[in-house]
Amino acid sequence: MATVTGEPAAPRRSRLVYLVPTLVFLAVAAALGWGLTRDASVLPSALIGKPAPDFRLPPIPGRDERGFSRADLGGRPVLVNVWASWCVPCRAEHPVITRLAEKEGVIVHGINYKDATEDALAFLGGLGDPFTRIGQDRDGRVAIDWGVYGIPETFVVDAEGVIRYKHVGPMTPRDVEEKILPLIRELEREARGE
Amino acid sequence: MSRLALLALLLALVLPAAPAPAAVSPDEILDDPVLEARARALGRQLRCLVCQNQSIDDSDADLAKDIRRIVRERLVAGDSDEEILAYLTARYGDFILLRPPVKPATWALWAGPFVVLALGAVGVALFLRRRRGREETETALAPEEEARLARLLGSDSPSS
Repeated sequence: MATVTGEPAAPRRSRLVYLVPTLVFLAVAAALGWGLTRDASVLPSALIGKPAPDFRLPPIPGRDERGFSRADLGGRPVLVNVWASWCVPCRAEHPVITRLAEKEGVIVHGINYKDATEDALAFLGGLGDPFTRIGQDRDGRVAIDWGVYGIPETFVVDAEGVIRYKHVGPMTPRDVEEKILPLIRELEREARGE
Repeated sequence: MSRLALLALLLALVLPAAPAPAAVSPDEILDDPVLEARARALGRQLRCLVCQNQSIDDSDADLAKDIRRIVRERLVAGDSDEEILAYLTARYGDFILLRPPVKPATWALWAGPFVVLALGAVGVALFLRRRRGREETETALAPEEEARLARLLGSDSPSS
């Protein structure tokens, strides 16, 4: 009698014995796989969804007299690019920014990070100047207010002056096609009230 | 001679106790030792975002130096430690804190090891209990089993 009642329970239990460790293994493998494949050097920005910080930066002497400040943000979506002449990836990114500004009509402002005036002017003179406003951040203090930890970094700021996206590292044409430009277009529609 | 030996002994005693050299350069150090001690304590809690697994106190990165300077400026201006940490987490998020704060998003992180330990303890307890149960059933034979065993043994070896 005992064997009759015990029989259906036995296979169910033995299946559980295999199923539970397999599920645990898969869960651990998935967690580790996610941890191993994501790029740990890219940090989420604490400023996404927050208004851009208040700042006022002087111009690069010899480029213009206006500089770049918080008051220049808002009204329409823009990109804010943090760059320096000594930053090699910034050089690689420059044609991408130029294309965005000249072909796609996107307004790009620049924060010139810890750079010497002559070097910054030589960079713009040699590679072209796609920026609408540039502020000179000699001691990197404003960049810290923007939560910058390694340049180049590029922020998408919407028409309300709110930071909507941050790209760390040089923007590639693919980043622009897949993320930056679609977001800018969406924010433009948002600003027009569509 | 004995004085030299004494000096050597003193040095031997004192040197290992000296703190590991921090990346803080002399021109950064505050005149007020109390504020400087607070700056050091804060610096050890703050992550260098460039090197990520070093504190800003240990890192030679430019950004770490900038943040050390900000910490000291705010200390001199009279900010509390909490205000300084809030200032930095507003810009860089909780990631800048080497010790993650306890909040709903980090409950799994903080409780995880204890949960795993508890599950392991439950598993070990179940295993031991089941093994003990098996040993008991294996050693203790029911009277009819004993009788059957005796019968079988008896039929196999009539000598017993």
